[in-house]
Amino acid sequence: MSDVNARIDAEVKNNDVVLFMKGTPQFPMCGFSGQVVQILSYIGVPFTGVNVLEDQEIREGIKAYSNWPTIPQLYVKGEFIGGCDITREMFQSGELQQLFEEKGIAVKQAS
Amino acid sequence: MTAIAERITRKLSEAFAPQQLEVIDESHQHHGHSGWREGGETHFRVDIVSDAFTGKSRLERHRMINAALTQELAERVHALAIAAKAPGEA
Repeated sequence: MSDVNARIDAEVKNNDVVLFMKGTPQFPMCGFSGQVVQILSYIGVPFTGVNVLEDQEIREGIKAYSNWPTIPQLYVKGEFIGGCDITREMFQSGELQQLFEEKGIAVKQAS
Repeated sequence: MTAIAERITRKLSEAFAPQQLEVIDESHQHHGHSGWREGGETHFRVDIVSDAFTGKSRLERHRMINAALTQELAERVHALAIAAKAPGEA
């Protein structure tokens, strides 16, 4: 496994919820990344944001790692969930909240 | 229709024989944002309905579409929003 692959691997395996994104959770630099941040924040799931704009190696490496051409990319317990469209569709149908529950990740009760 | 949009339309038509297909260039909405470039043709939305997606997960559907558009994604297309449905899905 190449160095960058090992770094990505460690990131997705050592953190329950990881979002590879442009910018940071506080300051998303792209509308699609921002949407996923909003959804995760709304559900109340703690997550680790990895800013690909700060690391060219990860920016390219994550595309190969996931075999997925675009950013953002969401991982839950080491499993690739999808990008912005999939995350949003799953959120709207309630599947995303269900996924977190199934994976044993605490979510804030929807008010 | 722009050249890239035409290419996307043609490739998706060939790959999935869709019952419904709409390729929308949304590049103007991203003017000045990272990934945007002069001339546009960087941000697209694809709405597609095809039998090919029956029984496939969201992830599989997106991967199928990404695979059909590998070249476009590598060369020019920066963002691709996808709504992929099988016939009869809401």
